[in-house]
Amino acid sequence: MSVSTVTKKQFKSFVSALLGTGQAVIGVQAKNDKFAFGELKNADDLRLDYDVTILSPRKYLLPPKEELLSFKVGGESKSVQDAGKMVLLGVHPYDMVAINQMDELFSQDEYDTHYMNRRKNITVIACDVVTPSENVFASSMNTATCDKGYDLLLTDIGDAYVVDAPTEKGQALVAMMSGANKATDADLDKRKAVQEKNRLVLNKHQLECKPSFLPKLLEKAYNHPVWEEKAKLCYSCGSCNQVCPTCYCFDVQDEVNWDLETGCRYRAWDGCLLQNFATVAGDHNFRKKREDRFRHRLYRKGKYVPSKIGGQIACVGCGRCVSACTSHIANPVDVYNTILETTELS
Amino acid sequence: MCECCNGKKDIYLPELCTITKRRMLNGTELYMHLEKDSGADFDYIPGQFVEVSVAGIGEAPISISSSPTQKGLELVVRNVGSLTKVIHKMEVGDKLGIRGPYGSTYPVESAKGKDLVFICGGIGLVPQRSFIRYALDNRADYGNITVLIGTKCHDMRLFREEIAMWEERDDMTVMETIDEGHDCWNGNVGVVTTLIPKVESDLPKSQVLICGPPIMYKFVLMALAEADVPEDHIFVNLERRMKCGVGKCGHCQMNGHYVCQDGPVFRYSDLANVPEAI
Repeated sequence: MSVSTVTKKQFKSFVSALLGTGQAVIGVQAKNDKFAFGELKNADDLRLDYDVTILSPRKYLLPPKEELLSFKVGGESKSVQDAGKMVLLGVHPYDMVAINQMDELFSQDEYDTHYMNRRKNITVIACDVVTPSENVFASSMNTATCDKGYDLLLTDIGDAYVVDAPTEKGQALVAMMSGANKATDADLDKRKAVQEKNRLVLNKHQLECKPSFLPKLLEKAYNHPVWEEKAKLCYSCGSCNQVCPTCYCFDVQDEVNWDLETGCRYRAWDGCLLQNFATVAGDHNFRKKREDRFRHRLYRKGKYVPSKIGGQIACVGCGRCVSACTSHIANPVDVYNTILETTELS
Repeated sequence: MCECCNGKKDIYLPELCTITKRRMLNGTELYMHLEKDSGADFDYIPGQFVEVSVAGIGEAPISISSSPTQKGLELVVRNVGSLTKVIHKMEVGDKLGIRGPYGSTYPVESAKGKDLVFICGGIGLVPQRSFIRYALDNRADYGNITVLIGTKCHDMRLFREEIAMWEERDDMTVMETIDEGHDCWNGNVGVVTTLIPKVESDLPKSQVLICGPPIMYKFVLMALAEADVPEDHIFVNLERRMKCGVGKCGHCQMNGHYVCQDGPVFRYSDLANVPEAI
C-alpha cells in the first residue's frame, strides 16, 4: 500500500484536473454559514476544513428520489440503471463508516443492484476531520477515524496532505497528482498525531459506555420512561431521519408521465419517526404512538441494525440529528446515557 | 438486467402475469387466478406472499391463497387502498406485475403426522387456505384437520362453496361462526374464540395456525394458553407494511424482525421478546 504526501497547492491542481475528467465531482463547499456536498465547479470552492455537512453523502448513494423501473402504464416494466461515474470528495470518517454499513446492508441477502451499481461507480476520497463540529461525538462511537471503504484518504498535516491509496482506483488518482512523493516518516508521524487527536476530541457528547455495549443495554430499556419523556416533545417531523447518514428506509411509489402512457416506479427517503411509517391499507397503524416511533429509531441504531451487520453500531456520531432536532430530544448520547444512569445492569 | 449489474437480477422488477379467472367472494373481496405470461409455474410454499403491482398505480404485498399443489396462483384482494381499487376494476385478460414469493412459510414439513387446527378471522382465511388445501392434497401426511372460521357478518363470509365442500368431507372438521346473528344464518354466533373449546383434536398436541385481524391474536392466544397449547405449537401469520418485500425498506419491521423475511409466519414462541408483534 502506498502512502504519499502532496502539498495543498499540488492537490488543488489535481482537483482542477479531476474536474476535467468528465465524471461528476461532488465536493464539500460552503453554503451560507454551513457546509454541503454539491457538484464542484471550481477547485477553489472545495473546503476540506469543513466541520460537518448539512446532509450526509448518503444522498449520492441512495438519492432522495431514485428511479427503479420505467414502465408502460398497466404493462411491462424495465429496470433503470443509470448511475454514472462520480467522485465524492471530502467524506469524513464517520460518514465513511455509514457508507460501509449501507454497502453491507444493500448487498447482503437480496442484492440491490440499484444501490450497488451506483456505489461501484463512485470513487470516494475521504478526509480526516480538521474542524470538529458543535455536536460531533464520533470519538465516543469509534468512528473518528476509518480504515476502509475509501479509495483515497487525505490527512491535513498543515501545508500538505498525507494521501493513503488502498485501492487501484485510488492509486490511479495518485498517479494524476503531479508532485506527489512517498510520505516521509515525519509526515506519517504527523498523520498519526492528527488521527490520535481526533479519536479524543471529536467528542462534544460523551457516551458513558463502549458503543459495543449498546445492544446489551437496550435489552433492558424497552419500557424505560425516557422514551415517553423525550417523545412528548417530538413533532414527528422526521428531521433526525433525514439528516442521518445511516438511515436508509425508503418508500416506493409510481409516477405517470404527462403522456399518461409511460411512467416510473421510484423510491424516496422515508423516516420511521413520521406518523404513518407503519400504516397499512385500511388505516391500521402498527406504530401509532410517538414514543414507540422515537424508541424504534434508537433501537435501530443501537440494536436492530447492528444485529444485521456483525454488531457494528448504526449511529456514527456525526451529531447531525442533535443539530437538526427542533425539540432538542434526538441526541442518542443523551438517551443512552440516561438509560445507563437509571438502569440496573447485572 | 444489464452489463453493469454483473448479471444480478433487479429485485424490484416484477414479472407480468395475466388474470385468468376472477369473481367477487363478497362485497369487498375479489378472488383472482393468475398465470405467468412466461408460461413458467409459480414456485412457493404455503404462508408466503407476493408483491402485486399495476404499473402506474403502485405495489402492495398480498398473501397467496392457493396451494402449490395446483396450477397458477390465487389471490384474494380486499378493496381497501388505491392499488386494490384499481385491481377490483380489472377483468380476465388484464395484467398484473408479480414479485416473489417472499417470506417464511407454514410448517408444512415439521407438522407432518400432527393434527392441524386453523383459526381464521375474516380475511385471515385467505392465506390459511393455502395450507388447508395443501394439507388436503397431501391428506395422508397430516393428522386431524380442524378449521375454525370467524367472520364479522354473514354477508362477508368467504369461499362459501368451498367451505360447504369441506363440511361434506369426513376427513376434516370445519366450524364457522359469525360475530352478529343474521336471519339467513343457523350456525354459531360469537367471535372465533368461542369455537376453541369445541375442538375435538387434542389441542396441546396439535399445530395451531392463526391468521386474522390484529385485534384477534391477543384473544385467541389467551384462549390457547388456557387450553394449555405450548407456544412452540402455535404459528401466527402477521400483517405489516411489506413495501419492498426484500428486507431493505424498513416499513415492516417489528422490533428486530423484518416481517417480509423473518415472517409473515412466525412460531409464537419465537416472538417472546418481540413486544411489537401482537
